[in-house]
Amino acid sequence: MAVETLDSTTRPKVAPWNDPVVRGWVFQIVIVGLVGLLAWFLVTNTLENLARQKIASGYDYLSREAGFEIGDSMIPYSPASTYARAILVGMLNTLKVAVLGIVLSTILGTLIGIGRLSPNWLLSKICEWYVEAFRNVPLLLWLFLFYKLISEAFPGPRQAISLLGSLFLSNRGLYFPVPLADPIHHWMAVGLLVGVVAAFVVKRWAKRRQEATGLPFPTIRAAIALVIGVPLVVWLLGGAPHHMSWPELKGFNFQGGTVIQPEFTALLVGLVIYTSAFIAEIVRSGILALNKGQSEAAMALGLSRAQSMRLVLLPQAMRVIVPPMTSQYLNITKNSSLAIAIGYPDLVAAVNVTINQTGQAIENILIIMAAFLTVSLGISAFMNWYNKRIALRER
Amino acid sequence: MLKKLIAAGATVVLLGASGTAWAGKDLDAVKARGLLLCGVSTGVAGFSAPDAQGKWTGIDVDVCRAIAATIFGDSEKVKYVPLSAEQRFTAVQSGEVDLLSRNTTWTLTRDTALGLDFGAVTYYDGQGFMVNKKLGVKSAKELEGATVCVQPGTTTELNLADYFRANKINFKPVVINQLDQIRAAFFSGRCDVFTTDASGLYSIRASNVPAPQTADDFVVLPEIISKEPLAPAFRHGDNQFGDIVRWTQFAMLEAEEYGITSKNVDEMLKSDNPSIKRILGVTPGMGKALGVDEKWVYNIVKQVGNYGEVFERNVGMGSPLKIERGLNALWKNGGAQYAPPIR
Repeated sequence: MAVETLDSTTRPKVAPWNDPVVRGWVFQIVIVGLVGLLAWFLVTNTLENLARQKIASGYDYLSREAGFEIGDSMIPYSPASTYARAILVGMLNTLKVAVLGIVLSTILGTLIGIGRLSPNWLLSKICEWYVEAFRNVPLLLWLFLFYKLISEAFPGPRQAISLLGSLFLSNRGLYFPVPLADPIHHWMAVGLLVGVVAAFVVKRWAKRRQEATGLPFPTIRAAIALVIGVPLVVWLLGGAPHHMSWPELKGFNFQGGTVIQPEFTALLVGLVIYTSAFIAEIVRSGILALNKGQSEAAMALGLSRAQSMRLVLLPQAMRVIVPPMTSQYLNITKNSSLAIAIGYPDLVAAVNVTINQTGQAIENILIIMAAFLTVSLGISAFMNWYNKRIALRER
Repeated sequence: MLKKLIAAGATVVLLGASGTAWAGKDLDAVKARGLLLCGVSTGVAGFSAPDAQGKWTGIDVDVCRAIAATIFGDSEKVKYVPLSAEQRFTAVQSGEVDLLSRNTTWTLTRDTALGLDFGAVTYYDGQGFMVNKKLGVKSAKELEGATVCVQPGTTTELNLADYFRANKINFKPVVINQLDQIRAAFFSGRCDVFTTDASGLYSIRASNVPAPQTADDFVVLPEIISKEPLAPAFRHGDNQFGDIVRWTQFAMLEAEEYGITSKNVDEMLKSDNPSIKRILGVTPGMGKALGVDEKWVYNIVKQVGNYGEVFERNVGMGSPLKIERGLNALWKNGGAQYAPPIR
C-alpha cells in the first residue's frame, strides 16, 4: 500500500466532475452568480415597480425645503432649511448622544467593574446589583421610565426648581446661563488645543525622565493645569469678557441661556446606565483574566491599590477588554436609534419624517443605513487600531 | 398536491388574463380573497378604534364596511390593519392593505408622487390647537415660545411650521411617533400645546384625558390653520376599484339626501320616487354599470347606514365627541358634502 505524503503534487487523474478543486470553483462561481442575479433582480424589479406605480425616485428631494421644525439642533436650522440639512441635524444629534454615551458609559462601567472586585463587601454587592438590575431589563423600558420620570416628576416651567437663581430645572429640561458669543472664544479654543498638545508633550517628557532617573512627576495634575490654564490665560489676556445670556421665564417657557432637553437626558441616561452594566462585566473579566501574581507583585513593590490598578492591572487588562468593548460602543451607537420612542430628534426621526413627506422610503432607508454603517465602521476601525497598539508584542 | 398547484397556477393565469381584459388587478385580488384589507388608525375614537369587545368602530371603519357591502353584499367581510401615521402609505403602496381609511388628508403630493388615488371626502377637517385652560390662552397668536406636541409623518407637522412661520411665532416641537406616548407627554405637561386635526383633538379630549384632569380642563383654540379633507386612499391604477370606493361614499350621501335610512330602507323599496328606485336598484342599471350587485346601495344602507347616521353615531351628537355637522352637513343644509347624482 502506497503512502501518500501531504505534499505529493501528483494527484490521481479523475473526471472533472469528480475533481474537488474543479467542483469547488464551479460551486463558488455558481453561488456568486446566483447572488449577483438575485441582487440584479431585486434592484431592477424595484425600479420597475416604482416607475409603474408612478412613485418618484432619486435624491432630488434632498435640496427641497423641509418645512418641518426640529426641537433640538446643534447647527442653525429652521423649517426653511433643506431636507439634507434636516437629516444632517439628525445625524449630529445621533453622534452627540453616541459620543457622550460612549465616554460616560466607559467611565461609569470601569468604576462599577472595579468596584465589583473591591474587598469591601457592601461596595462589591452594590456594584453587582447594579449590573444585574440594569442589564436584565430591555433598554426601551429604561428609556420610557427615565422619560416618564423627568416629564411627570418635575414641575412645569412656571414652578421650575431654581438652583442658585440661575439654573432652572423643570419638565422642559435644565436651563442654565451661557456666555454670550465673543471673538475671544475662538482664541480660547485654540488655547485649549495648545494646552492638550502641551499636556501630551509633558507626559512624554515626564515618562522619559522617570525611566532615566526614577524621579516621579505629577503628570495628571500638570496636564489638568495645562488644559484648563491655557484657555483661562487667553481669556484673562483678552480682558475677561463675562457677558452672560441668562435664562428668564417669558410667557410659556424660559428664554435665553441654553437647555438640556428631557428627551436628550432620558436617552443619554438610559444608554449610559444600560451599557455601563455590560462594560462593568467586561472590565471585571479583563482584570480577573490576569494572573494573580500581577497584583501581588504590584503590592510587593509597595504600590497602593489605586496605583497598582492604574499602572499594572488595567494596562494589561486592556488586551482582554478592548475587543468586546468595541461591540458595546457599536451597540450604543445603534441603540441610540431607540430615541424615536421618546421623541429625541435623532437621525432616524429626521429621516422618518422625510420618508413620510416625500414618500421615498427606499432612498431614505439607504441614507440611514449608509450613515450608521459609516459611523460603525469608523468606531470599529479606531478600536481595531487601538487594539493593535496595545496588543502584546510577541517576539 | 400537484393538482392543487396546477389549479392555483391556472387561477393565477386566468386572473391575470381577466385583469388585463376587464377590471384592474386590485379589485380582482379583493374578490379572490373574499375580504377587503382595510388600513385604519391605531385608535382614534370616533374615526377608527376597537370598542370594548374588540370590534372596530368609527366613521373611517364604516367607509370600509360600506365598500365591503358594495363588493360582497356583506359589510363584515373586512379585515382591519392598524397602521401608524408613518406606516400607512407604505402599507398601501406595497399592497399590505387594499384601502387606507385612516383620517388621511388628501393632498396633491400624496395623490401623485406617492402613487395613490383618493376617494371622496369622508370628513372635512382642519388642524387646531388644544391647550390647558390654566394657561389662560385665548388664541393661537398668543403661543410665542410655546412647546408643541405633534405626531410625526403628517401634514400636521408642516402646517404647524408654516403657520408659526407666517405669524413669526417661535416654538419648540416635541415629536413622538406613538399616539399614546405623545398624548402622555402633553397631559404630563411636557408641552403647552397639542396640535392635530380638530376632530382628533375633540376625540382625545373626550376619551383620553387622564384622571384627575377632566375634559373641561382643556380648550380647543378657535384657530383652524389648515384644510384637511380626510379621504380614503388606494393604489393608483385600478379605475374600477376607484369607482367603487367613490360611488360607495356618494351612495351614502345620496341616501341621506333622499331620506333613506337603515330603519326605513325596506319600505323605501316600495317608493314611487324614480331617483330612489334607481338608487336602491328597484330600477336596475346602476349596479351593472358599476360592476356590482344591483342591490348595492340597499346593502350599504341596510348594514351600515347613510352618511348622516354614520356621522351622528360615531362623531356627532350621538357620540362622546359631540362634533357639530358644520362643513360636513349636506350641501342642502349649508355644508360641503355634495354627491354627484346616481343616474
